[in-house]
Amino acid sequence: MTLFVIAIYFALVLLVSVLSHRLFRGTGEDYFVASRTIGPFLLLMSLFGTHMTAFSLLGASAESYHIGIGVFGLMASSSAIVAPAVFFFIGIKFWSAGKRNGFLTQVQFFRSRWESDLVGLLLFVILVAFLIPYLLIGVMGGGVTLHQISGGSIPEWLGSLFVCAIILFYVSYGGLRGTVWANTFQTLVFITLGALTFVIILRSLGGLTQALEQVRESHAFLLVRGEHIQPLTHLSYAFIGLSAGMFPHISMHWLTARSALTFRAPIVLYPLCIAVVWIPSVLLGVVGRISFPDLHGPEANSILVRMIEVHAPEVLAGLLAAGVLAAVMSSLDSQVLAVGTMFTQDIVRHYGFHDRMTERQQILYGRIFIAAIIGVAFLLSLVSNRSIFKLGIWSFTGFAALFPIAAAACYWKRSTAAGVIASIATVAVLWLGFFLHGWQTPGYTVANTGLMPVAIILPASAVALVIGSWLSRPPSTAALTRFFPDS
Amino acid sequence: MILRSVLYASLVVLFALHNDLWLWHDASNWLGLPAGFAYHVLYCLAVSGLMFLLVRYAWPSLLDEN
Repeated sequence: MTLFVIAIYFALVLLVSVLSHRLFRGTGEDYFVASRTIGPFLLLMSLFGTHMTAFSLLGASAESYHIGIGVFGLMASSSAIVAPAVFFFIGIKFWSAGKRNGFLTQVQFFRSRWESDLVGLLLFVILVAFLIPYLLIGVMGGGVTLHQISGGSIPEWLGSLFVCAIILFYVSYGGLRGTVWANTFQTLVFITLGALTFVIILRSLGGLTQALEQVRESHAFLLVRGEHIQPLTHLSYAFIGLSAGMFPHISMHWLTARSALTFRAPIVLYPLCIAVVWIPSVLLGVVGRISFPDLHGPEANSILVRMIEVHAPEVLAGLLAAGVLAAVMSSLDSQVLAVGTMFTQDIVRHYGFHDRMTERQQILYGRIFIAAIIGVAFLLSLVSNRSIFKLGIWSFTGFAALFPIAAAACYWKRSTAAGVIASIATVAVLWLGFFLHGWQTPGYTVANTGLMPVAIILPASAVALVIGSWLSRPPSTAALTRFFPDS
Repeated sequence: MILRSVLYASLVVLFALHNDLWLWHDASNWLGLPAGFAYHVLYCLAVSGLMFLLVRYAWPSLLDEN
């Protein structure tokens, strides 16, 4: 039954993608940024679906099982304020410059802003380096999900291969428009099914009040932050949300907006969408202690699945699995397309063709790179072990630490290529230092103070940018006029 | 211009209010939910409200709308 529901879900994703292809205009701009025609609803759904990963469903409930309700403040409400603020202050300006100058990638924007090929190349390298582990997590997450929900009959590698094949089809066939449509469908699936699961399980437990009362009697520490979440961790986690300003897959979706006004609905509704998805995830993790009081470490990753097995009908297991796969795939597809677009536009087109490629060549290379990236990610997933999942927060830290570059591009006219290069170098060195020191330690914080590494790397990156800029010659008037038409 | 500044300042204040230290050990219930949880759910609603005011009254005016 479960696999039947999954099969229907996959068929619907492909159908949505095929339908979207009817609008394809055959140009590079249409393939890579949907001709900048996406409206408010599709932009909200695609941004949200891309930003929220399987962690929002499975990881959040597992973390809440261990440390309680504080997970919501740590990861959900912090993103609820930081992400839409980033859309408001960075996203709209990025979209505006992208439309004026015909940019198709984030790297084109930064390279042109500071008139420096080196800036473009360094950013390309570091962005792809931070994105690869994130991409691998998606590929492996798809395999793990199908393995678990099939009761082990589908091996993880086959599950990953299947997810990769579906994504390869609709991303390479439909480009960004196909991805946006598929993302919208997937986002609606995981929002709806998450809420449905929540209601059915709570009803089985006698309602929310009764369930929380049982938790209070046996595991009262889960209902407060207390000693198990440090205030400094809570504070510094909020900076992780700034990663939204440097994610290539998020900026790719920004470029698809029909107009600046298209951003209004996503900015206002984003915090509500986050609440709708995270409230069930966190509370189900907490009340999971009632039925399963003794899960240790990674065993809690399956708390949601276990709760469904005990408290909900079999069909719901299939629906929830579809929801989890929707969350995995709606991020993975955009990441694959973003990297494929960057290879095509920022490397092949810029260096191989000196920015002169026909529309057909752009689409062809785009498809080749998408296939190559999915293929490489799949092969890497075969040789990577589960410890790759620990890299998620480190990947986010790297992107967040690069945020001063996005802010300077949009707001600081005096910033220079030298400053940006200094900032990138600082992030690379500090990130590597912290990573080598702490990646094997679960819940690593700087010298056990509770402070996340991002709280050190981010300001260091900003300081390097400022010093490097002040020590170098100011940018040209021509470049500034392109980016600050009001000046 | 004043309204825009007030809204930007409100955003900073709201960001600071994310750190609800006064509820850190509070085991009471608000609206049937643990206080520290209910606070952050209401916080999301407040952020959405402030974002509405930002896009309504502090929208960047020089953007190409075409």
